[in-house]
Amino acid sequence: MATETHGAENAAAAASACVDSHGSAVGMPQLCGEWIGNQVFWLVITLVVIYLILAKIALPRIASVLAERQGTITNDIAAAEELKRKAEESEAAYQQALADARAQAQAIAQKTRDDIKADLDAEMAKADEAISAKAAESEKAISAIRASAMENVEIVAKETAAALVAALGGKADDAKIANAVSNRLKG
Amino acid sequence: MATETHGAEAAAEGSSLVFHPMDQFIVKPLFGHGDVGMFTITNVTLWLALAILAIFVMMVLGTSRRAVVPGRSQSVAELAYGFVHKMVEDVTGKDGLKYFPYIMTLFMFIVTANFLGLIPMSFTTTSHFAVTVVLALAVFLTVTILGFVKNGASFLGLFWVSSAPLALRPILAIIELISYFVRPVSHSIRLAGNVMAGHAVIKVFAGFAAIAAISPISVLAITAMYGLEVLVAFIQAYVFTILTCVYLKDALHPHH
Repeated sequence: MATETHGAENAAAAASACVDSHGSAVGMPQLCGEWIGNQVFWLVITLVVIYLILAKIALPRIASVLAERQGTITNDIAAAEELKRKAEESEAAYQQALADARAQAQAIAQKTRDDIKADLDAEMAKADEAISAKAAESEKAISAIRASAMENVEIVAKETAAALVAALGGKADDAKIANAVSNRLKG
Repeated sequence: MATETHGAEAAAEGSSLVFHPMDQFIVKPLFGHGDVGMFTITNVTLWLALAILAIFVMMVLGTSRRAVVPGRSQSVAELAYGFVHKMVEDVTGKDGLKYFPYIMTLFMFIVTANFLGLIPMSFTTTSHFAVTVVLALAVFLTVTILGFVKNGASFLGLFWVSSAPLALRPILAIIELISYFVRPVSHSIRLAGNVMAGHAVIKVFAGFAAIAAISPISVLAITAMYGLEVLVAFIQAYVFTILTCVYLKDALHPHH
């Protein structure tokens, strides 16, 4: 006991039963009873401070950030879903419009074709009519020409016969010659 | 007593091999020399304050931007939050989430103190039984009181294993009762013991480094131990926290 206090007096730093005169630990410092009060006191303060920091500031903040992120993600997914639905809708509308347009175009083309055909038929009929009218007219003209040609032939024949008779020294009555030629031509 | 230590000192000085693996755990006043009283500012105070500072920087400053897309520091804070939150929810269920801030406090304190203790020349607060016993007793008392408040006398059903044969139940009840009261002891000694042993072993290897021939091996061994200690620092914090959750679950749902 006496030597212990003597050692303690020698070393200025040594002031406890847990530290020897050289400042080294005696046994396990963990089992030194002198320090427990100090450690417990500061530990309790530390734990209270950490609890206040976490419970009052950090944890609510992180929780709100996480909730906000979750909300953002949910909203974004919903928005994406909505946009996708809209895109699908517009694609359907586009396809529908395309099909309508195609059908309309087909109808218009068909109608045009029909109109053209009707016009064509009408024109064709008119033309046919005109052609047949023209043909009939021509026929009449031809027969008139033919008739006049026969007449001319008769006249020429009478004149030729009169000339022949005069050339042969006869004196021919015009009426007789005409009669004779007419008979001959008929006959 | 005095002569014993004197002899040891003489031997140590004589061989140049000096082992003081436990000196790192000495509590000493930060300013001046003298007794360590209850309110003395000591190295314990310093390293506890640094733990508070580290937690404040990580959890408050790191999340100050409240970004929806987190940066690096905010990710760390969110990771810690998610880790403990999921642990509490998985082990104790939804009704245990009320106690999440308390468990988060325990986890953040232990993990921060453990990692601060890995800084060379630092003081490891969690290597002291005085610290871990306070933590474990706080958990034990809270859980026990909570168990009785929530469940009344039926909390004692925790010790009455109703799924066992009737004849075995009294014996099991004694075993359960003993194991229940051993909880704070194992809970605290596991943490302090692991941390202290690792740090002491590193110091012993460091002592061997004084011998030139062994020093490369010593440095390698220190490196390996340090790697192990990094794992231990996290795993012990995790174990302490998940055991707290398990005890809390027993208090909330005492029936097997």
